[in-house]
Amino acid sequence: MSQNVSNLLYLVTIICFILSLRFLSSPTTARHGTWVGAAGMAVAIGVTLAHQHLHIGWRIPVGAAIGSVFGAVGARKVKMTAMPQMVALFNGVGGGAAALVSLAEFHNLVPAPGRLHGDVAVAIVVSGLIGSVSFAGSMVAFAKLQGLISGRPITYPAQQLVNLTIFAAVLAAGVAIVAGAERQWLLVALLVGALVFGVFFVLPIGGADMPVVISLLNAFTGLAAAATGFELGSNVLIVSGALVGASGTLLTMLMGRAMNRSLGNVLFGAFGKVQAGAGAIAVEGTVRTVTAQDVGIMLAYAQKVIVVPGYGMAVAQAQHAVAELADTLEKKGIDVEYAIHPVAGRMPGHMNVLLAEANIPYESLHEMDEINPQFAQTDVALVIGANDVVNPAARNEPGSPIYGMPILNVDQAKQVVVLKRSMATGFAGIDNPLFVEPQTSLLFGDAKESVLKLVSSVKTL
Amino acid sequence: MSHFAQLVVELTILALSIFLGIEVISKVPTLLHTPLMSGTNAIHGIVIVGAILVAGIVHPDTLTGWVGFVAVILGAANVVGGFVVTDRMLEMFKGRRQRPPDEGGP
Repeated sequence: MSQNVSNLLYLVTIICFILSLRFLSSPTTARHGTWVGAAGMAVAIGVTLAHQHLHIGWRIPVGAAIGSVFGAVGARKVKMTAMPQMVALFNGVGGGAAALVSLAEFHNLVPAPGRLHGDVAVAIVVSGLIGSVSFAGSMVAFAKLQGLISGRPITYPAQQLVNLTIFAAVLAAGVAIVAGAERQWLLVALLVGALVFGVFFVLPIGGADMPVVISLLNAFTGLAAAATGFELGSNVLIVSGALVGASGTLLTMLMGRAMNRSLGNVLFGAFGKVQAGAGAIAVEGTVRTVTAQDVGIMLAYAQKVIVVPGYGMAVAQAQHAVAELADTLEKKGIDVEYAIHPVAGRMPGHMNVLLAEANIPYESLHEMDEINPQFAQTDVALVIGANDVVNPAARNEPGSPIYGMPILNVDQAKQVVVLKRSMATGFAGIDNPLFVEPQTSLLFGDAKESVLKLVSSVKTL
Repeated sequence: MSHFAQLVVELTILALSIFLGIEVISKVPTLLHTPLMSGTNAIHGIVIVGAILVAGIVHPDTLTGWVGFVAVILGAANVVGGFVVTDRMLEMFKGRRQRPPDEGGP
């Protein structure tokens, strides 16, 4: 295939990718977007295989087969609650592939020093560095989310200094390569250093901040792919990488805003650790506990109910029970809506996926700004496994560690029912004044069992 | 085309793609942010193109051969896994009209 024809076909891939993202602007077309994107990918792979000077041999088919089986099985088997770690894993392997491509390119282009164009050297260093950081960081994020290592921030003395030193060393190796010291061992040292940095970079970040980290690593892999495009002179890689980089960056910013924290604070603040020392605000007052029977009556005579799901609901696998409860209430003519906080779950938009899995129609899922004005006209707000995102201290208590974080205004509802396992604090270790407000009652127990009790209680009325 | 002219073209494409990306992605609703993320994840699997080019060099030495081989494995896992998982997720997003009638829970 001539160079011109293949470039033209790569353009088809680029258009497919852009359309695929465009289709994601509505849930009705989104699925077609995936197919268009996959078709574009198939074109790009086909064109590359038809490349004039390519020797297909055994490595490409065998490698592709192994990778495809691994990818397909992983993607088919993963539970929706485990989606964040699966995305982290696929993100990591992409970053790893980009780093390996730059290693091989460097090895091929540099039989003797001084043969490399400056911009190609920069691209090799950038994709090697970012790709390795993304690979190692994603693997640590995967291990944390999967529970292989503790989700709590892992810290040690002089952590920032150690990280800074490693990063400075890696950067120095990169600058040396670009400046003309084109030695193989230098790039290998850079890759290894970047891997170590990636591990140390994610270790001190707590489980609750994973939405930000995963978005950021996604952006990293995109940038690494774009840099690979500069090495190989491939437009399709540059465009695709840039699209992913833009997407990851945008999501990272949105997540930071939803937590009212700067990116620097998330990455270097070691959240849980700092808060424990700062001391949580003391909440005075008594909580009112109720039985499932009481809540059943409350719900059955309401006109409008808003369900506020948190990650605790997903952990208890209660989403199907919640869907059943909503069905039962809707049959009685009660309006049931869902309020989704931007950081509910372990990655951006995770809660929506979990509720969609339970067959809840997407029209009922509302984002924070859309649903907040509705709480004042709501009879019952049902909080299931959420804590920090409904904590009024974020609005009223300047001394609170989460002060300034946008929250769901459940305290404006006529009655609030909080389903909790027990009287423990949320992930950030902050007491919640919502629990002692006069309109709030607490129903203790496993989220799934409690919701099932509510279903049977409503059905008898 | 001289090397420098080629670089300028590539930088132009990069800059325009970033702006296009921000434009397109800011239209994606929060509802679909997880599929967006795994979808873009699949898209950066395009590095498999680079991996194939490296693995397909006619007479590779040992290092290039093995590095290319591993890169193809990782790239393929990224592409296949990314698209399959995205499709699986989007399949679940159903509107009121598409809902199966009266399904009594799990």
